[in-house]
Amino acid sequence: MADLKLTNVKKIYDNNVEVMRDINLDIKQGEFIVFVGPSGCGKSTLLRMISGLESISGGTLEIDGDVVNDIPPALRGIAMVFQSYALYPHMTVYDNMAFSLQIAKVNKEEIDKQVRKAADMLQLTSYLDRLPKALSGGQRQRVAIGRAIVRQPKVFLFDEPLSNLDAALRVATRMEIANLKESMPESTMIYVTHDQVEAMTLADRIVLLSAGNIEQVGAPLDLYENPANVFVAKFIGSPAMNIMPATITNSENDAELTLNTGHLVQMPIRLNSSEKGLLAQFGVRPEDLTVCQSEADTVVVEGDVSFVESLGEATLLYVKTQEGAELVVAKLAGTLQYKRGDKVSLTAKPEKMHLFNAAGDNYRRL
Amino acid sequence: MVSSANTRSPLTFVVHLTVLFLVVMWTIPTAGLFISSIRDKDQLSVSGWWTALSASEQRLVTRIEIPKDQTMENGVYVIRGNVFTQAGDSSVQQFGYSSLKPQAFEAGTKAQMKRGKTLIVQANGDYVITSPKAFKGRGQRVFYTAEVPPRFTLDNYREVLTSEGLGKSFINSLTVTIPATIIPILMAAFAAYALAWMKFPGRALMVAAVVGLLVVPLQMSLIPLLRSYNVIGEFLGTGSKTYVGIWLAHTAFGLPLAIYLLRNYIAGLPREIIESARVDGASEFDIFRKIILPLSFPALASFSIFQFLWVWNDLLIAMVFLGNNEEQLVLTGRLRELLGSRGGNWEILTASAFITIIVPLCVFIGLQRFLVRGLLSGSVK
Amino acid sequence: MGQLISALFVMSIGVLGCAVYFYGSNLLLDFCFPTKNRPHLVIARNLRITNTIRPWLFIGPALLALGFYLIFPVFDSLRLSFLDRTGENFIGFDNYRWLFSSAEFFESFKNNMLWLIVVPTAATFLGLVIATMTDRIWWGNIAKSLIFMPMAISFIGASVIWKFIYDFRSGDDAQIGLLNAIVVFFGGEPQAWITMPFWNNFFLMAILIWIQTGFAMVILSAALRGISEETIEAAVLDGANGVQIFFRIMVPQIWGTIAVVWTTITILVLKVFDIVLAMTNGQWNTQVLANQMFDWMFRGGGDSGRGAVIAIIIMVLVIPIMVWNIRRANAEMEGR
Ligand SMILES: Nc1ncnc2c1ncn2[C@@H]1O[C@H](COP(=O)(O)OP(=O)(O)OP(=O)(O)O)[C@@H](O)[C@H]1O
Ligand SMILES: [Mg+2]
Repeated sequence: MADLKLTNVKKIYDNNVEVMRDINLDIKQGEFIVFVGPSGCGKSTLLRMISGLESISGGTLEIDGDVVNDIPPALRGIAMVFQSYALYPHMTVYDNMAFSLQIAKVNKEEIDKQVRKAADMLQLTSYLDRLPKALSGGQRQRVAIGRAIVRQPKVFLFDEPLSNLDAALRVATRMEIANLKESMPESTMIYVTHDQVEAMTLADRIVLLSAGNIEQVGAPLDLYENPANVFVAKFIGSPAMNIMPATITNSENDAELTLNTGHLVQMPIRLNSSEKGLLAQFGVRPEDLTVCQSEADTVVVEGDVSFVESLGEATLLYVKTQEGAELVVAKLAGTLQYKRGDKVSLTAKPEKMHLFNAAGDNYRRL
Repeated sequence: MVSSANTRSPLTFVVHLTVLFLVVMWTIPTAGLFISSIRDKDQLSVSGWWTALSASEQRLVTRIEIPKDQTMENGVYVIRGNVFTQAGDSSVQQFGYSSLKPQAFEAGTKAQMKRGKTLIVQANGDYVITSPKAFKGRGQRVFYTAEVPPRFTLDNYREVLTSEGLGKSFINSLTVTIPATIIPILMAAFAAYALAWMKFPGRALMVAAVVGLLVVPLQMSLIPLLRSYNVIGEFLGTGSKTYVGIWLAHTAFGLPLAIYLLRNYIAGLPREIIESARVDGASEFDIFRKIILPLSFPALASFSIFQFLWVWNDLLIAMVFLGNNEEQLVLTGRLRELLGSRGGNWEILTASAFITIIVPLCVFIGLQRFLVRGLLSGSVK
Repeated sequence: MGQLISALFVMSIGVLGCAVYFYGSNLLLDFCFPTKNRPHLVIARNLRITNTIRPWLFIGPALLALGFYLIFPVFDSLRLSFLDRTGENFIGFDNYRWLFSSAEFFESFKNNMLWLIVVPTAATFLGLVIATMTDRIWWGNIAKSLIFMPMAISFIGASVIWKFIYDFRSGDDAQIGLLNAIVVFFGGEPQAWITMPFWNNFFLMAILIWIQTGFAMVILSAALRGISEETIEAAVLDGANGVQIFFRIMVPQIWGTIAVVWTTITILVLKVFDIVLAMTNGQWNTQVLANQMFDWMFRGGGDSGRGAVIAIIIMVLVIPIMVWNIRRANAEMEGR
């Protein structure tokens, strides 16, 4: 059993800045939770409050029903893996992994058994006698993970564990972490990253933070397909979703709106009749835009190509719709022969369109 | 360094020469001291140490020991002996019996003296003095000029270590220095850790205070401390001059630098390592012992070298807080005393001085690496 | 041997005592307020208590030592400076009046100023020059080690070394002091350097310069090596010659370090007394403040009032450097 429950958790640092506001979150045993968000939004702070390294300024944190606000890290049944590995440089790999058990005065055979088991799991057995400085980055990170495993914690905490690794190693280690989770289905893992690929691939549920608030909690695809607001919509997915100002012109049946560019679009969203005439934000993902094939297609975006990026498997078009408006990005499959100045008309399927109100909230979820 | 184009120019030659000159300037004084300290004391006082390897011509004098071993030979009293106290390759050039004419006779010739006495000194130093009457009273002085070969000896050291009391002072210095090095390290390491990583009120103020105390002159403390020590010593019945007293004084005077250096170092250790230990269940004391201390070894080493040198070389604090007696006089104090009482005896002074500087020199040469590192971390930013 | 054993015994008592305090007090704290194997509430409370107490266990001894040996004396010296020689009766500003009307004080103050100007300047300058030159030759490290070596020698030891160099024999006797031997070699008259008025000050300063140049050299050499090669290359491309590069490109970049070296030596100069004590004990117009202060501490049974006044003068001279140091340290900490 390792359920986590955060109720109205707050963090105020010494300088009186409130960096976390009323965080409410339930985490079930065995879940893989990923905290994502832009730099400085408080991911590390939240994780460190869960670990006990940072005090909780308000609200409660419960692990398995016990309020643990004042319990020191070592007694919370958690283990943490740091971005910089934080290996003890003067101890061998073996001693690094054994340290917590030695502190807890576990007997020697038991320590040895645990350490070897973890080393085996992470293919570290042949490095046990080395000092951390004689290991590669990936190996060091595995030792850091091994050190966490040895403690048999209820909750694993990872703070950007992969961001010091190079791209190839990052993918490999990411898979290892996924495997690790697989092999320990009952332990809960909380993982901080600002890399959305890591978040999408690893998470059971993603917690998206911004400026000390939770923006949305949900399964990766849920966040992608059904973003709660413009912030989430723009954060998840790359390139980011195109957002265009619009006015709601009809709220009977399907929503109908007029974009500032003059185009009329309809989408299967139920609105109240009172919404008619309100300003709104229309969103469409670059990968959902396609070139108009026939007169029958509703034109959503029309304009001059500002520039083109050919990625091989796809082509990115930056389209200028209006003087002064943000460029609209379209991600078209394959390699296409467009050049600067070409006129294009783009369309999208109505069910792939998003509509947010002026405050940025998604109409589908209201 | 400035530009590689210069490397082969005549300028480089000048640089080599200048540096060579400076190095000689900086080493010659110590070298002179060392060479002098192993020279024979008679030679040391009459010729510069740079002539140590060449034979020296010395004007010497000896007094013929009277008169019990005089013998009767052919109706005259005879004393035989050798002018040289040590056997060696010295040779007598000239001799004389009066201080007015010390070089009156060539070696091997017979000198006719007053009252029918005769004196012959051979080149190898053997002399024969004869007299018609029995010798009595003070012995005859013999002046001679000798060619003395260079002579090196450890006698000076033997003498200062035993009869001048340097041996005892050496032990006293060790007794002062070792605890006065270890105690401040311990105290400073704990304090530095607290100042770097623990949270408590007044921390920032204390860090600033340590920086300020770094430069407070010792002179400020002497009189108040001397008075306090007198009071405390009287109260405890131990007297004011104790080893514990000087340890603590050295400890306190070394602490600002120690705390400053160690705090800088410890504060620079990665925060995540300490947090990781905390998550692993280590208490603050465990963290200190098992993580901070081993990781701070370079800083600890460099400070201990500083403190060792400083305490060993200190004169002021020893003079104020330790007694002037055999039991407590440290090497520097002893050397100062000798400088007063034996000011002209260079064989004593040079040997004593060399004994006082040999330990720090060895420490210095052996551990220079750490010392330099410590100096740099203390002042370059 | 017996001495050695008793010395060892005394030493271990001292060191152990200190270690036992730290170990014992921390264990005691953990024993009184355990944070393991207790109910959560107890642990939380104990943790708060230990976290409040432990910093003071760690820093306490240092705080006491600094307080008693360095901070309290500053105030006590101030107090004593208004009291008479026995430190019992208040005499107002008499000690200060005495000080400012005493010829001896002005002599030592003047000499001290001379020391303060000459020694840091010479040591820093020589250190800089040597650092620059040794960086360009292959045996530079050996040269540096040798020049650095006097740092390890005590002032009193160095005084003996140099007294030997300045030794003077009157008449036709062979000179055994190196300096006079050189003078004689070049046909000059041997001199009693130590008693030569005014100039003898410089002969004493030479000793400190000899000791401190190595320190300046080591630090400045590191700073010079920290200068980015590219600025120098840029200057070469701009057509600067060696001397210009040194003074206009390199020196300005290490001003900070030069200042640190300078002030460190300055502080040392203010405190130096061993050299004067050993070489002249203040005779022949070589008195300096630190030695004069030491003198008054014991002269005629000791005059704590006058001694304290001189100490305060030394302290006042140090204060600007102290302020500057604290400012610098604060700026540095904010930079982190
Ligand atoms: N010790 C501290 N004192 C005051 N403010 C702090 C402290 N630590 C963090 N902050 C502030 O709290 C906010 C959240 O910081 P946090 O480290 O949690 O961000 P993050 O989401 O982990 O960012 P990153 O992705 O860059 O790691 C930031 O604005 C930061 O400036
Ligand atoms: Mg972070």
